[in-house]
Amino acid sequence: MTVSSDVARTESAFAFSPQRVAAMMLRYWYLLRSSWPRLIELIYWPTVQMITWGFIQYYVTQNASFFARASGTLIGAVLLWDILFRGQLGFSISFLEEMWARNVGNLMMSPLRPVEFVTALMVMSIVRLAIGVIPVTVLALIFFGFNLYGLGFGLVAFFINLMLTSWAVGIFVSGLVLRNGLGAENFAWSIMFLFMPLACVYYPVTTLPVWLQPAAWALPPTYVFEGMRALLIDHTFRADLMLYALALNVVLFAAGVFGFLKLSEAARRNGSLMQTGE
Amino acid sequence: MRAALASIAPTRHICGSMPTQPAIEVHRLAKIYKQVPAVDGVSFAIAPGSITGLLGGNGAGKTTTIAMIMGLITPTSGSVNVLGAHMPAQRYRVLQRMNFESPYVEMPMRLTIRQNLTVFGMLYGVRNLADRIEELAEVLDLSALLDRPTGKLSAGQKTRVSLAKSLINSPELLLLDEPTASLDPDTADWVRERLERYCRDRHATVLLASHNTAEVERLCERVIIMKSGRIEDDDTPARLLSRHGRRTLEEVFLDVARGRDEAREAAQ
Repeated sequence: MTVSSDVARTESAFAFSPQRVAAMMLRYWYLLRSSWPRLIELIYWPTVQMITWGFIQYYVTQNASFFARASGTLIGAVLLWDILFRGQLGFSISFLEEMWARNVGNLMMSPLRPVEFVTALMVMSIVRLAIGVIPVTVLALIFFGFNLYGLGFGLVAFFINLMLTSWAVGIFVSGLVLRNGLGAENFAWSIMFLFMPLACVYYPVTTLPVWLQPAAWALPPTYVFEGMRALLIDHTFRADLMLYALALNVVLFAAGVFGFLKLSEAARRNGSLMQTGE
Repeated sequence: MRAALASIAPTRHICGSMPTQPAIEVHRLAKIYKQVPAVDGVSFAIAPGSITGLLGGNGAGKTTTIAMIMGLITPTSGSVNVLGAHMPAQRYRVLQRMNFESPYVEMPMRLTIRQNLTVFGMLYGVRNLADRIEELAEVLDLSALLDRPTGKLSAGQKTRVSLAKSLINSPELLLLDEPTASLDPDTADWVRERLERYCRDRHATVLLASHNTAEVERLCERVIIMKSGRIEDDDTPARLLSRHGRRTLEEVFLDVARGRDEAREAAQ
């Protein structure tokens, strides 16, 4: 067997290689391209959810004067919730693909650094989100006259904060799956729903009992959904809410990374990296 | 029998020159799961350019030992040095120079062989990657299959793909865990012949975990026999045969596995 390949040597533990990030993105792109059910799945649920809530909104705006004034809050909430939920799911599913394929050992034994792996997963979550949510925003405009892009700069601030939250949760869930195997897979699908009642997606924080409101304000998405309602109802962009959300996201992201590293260490101690089944 | 536990590789080398520093150095390595030792204080050193077999039955501790050498499992105690780097703490210094194949790890099934090798070639920073893939495909008889999804291949073809992945970066150190498990004798022999040739051409170090005695006897110039997480014997195949008074390594393996040596010594 001949030996003619030439391997570029980068041996630092802190090296960041865009080529390795590109390799992982290419791997996920090949996967998406080879499987039309995966592509359909990306669009299917956001579409169904948006249409359902779109009709609910249509109904209540005809029967309640407040909702007539607050037109778009429900459908806007649905679309922003999808950014949060699908962002985390996009991150987690790309990671789960490695578990399902029993490929984790190959990756852990390769020169791929955790930070490169996480970067690829974050970029892929945006790609998957774009495939799933952009067509739905167009449908929302066509069927219900709701223009998400009309939120302008507010949408950019909402998007950044929601993606940071989704990545923080996605990183932590990946650590859980790495440590506990595919038995912990359900967390990937359900953990974000823990946020739903407290993040006040469809109603203002004041709807919650007073004793529960501090818990709601501890979650970054709460500020985003409050900010969205302020923008749609009062036509005011609340920069203060976005800054609070950003500060909390920094803490949440650091906690997610810390949790992932600790769970990875535990996986190495327990031998879970070699046994990636249930 | 637990002879020469901490020995450096025997002096006979099929490929490569006499080492100055071991390619792998394992010292009092132990892994304990809930008070049950999977690996129980093993020590050995592997010379660069040698092919060493880690022989043992199911549950002997071969895979755990290899996983600790790769840095996939953190030892409970003891130390592992690979190509001069302490594992797992310094693994990124050397991961680019090593590779592995294991039945516990698979290649993504939906990707074609070419796509899989492209991804792993990029991860390992292989230059002239397209040429390298063509070259490996030719040597491993995969050229006609390159654009076929890996999941649609036979067991033998999948093993060859895993082997191609493990050779994509022309590793100095190759760790193989049961590389011919589930292959028919003809394909297994074909794979062994390729591995032998690779080691010869590359002067690579190979550590091969197996319970296939014929494979170990053919490929390895040194055999470490493990049982219940411990090294029971460690020598060249010829010396093992001579010491145990047996004609094949399989007979030696059965002696060790069934404790006949201990029974014989006790009777004497």
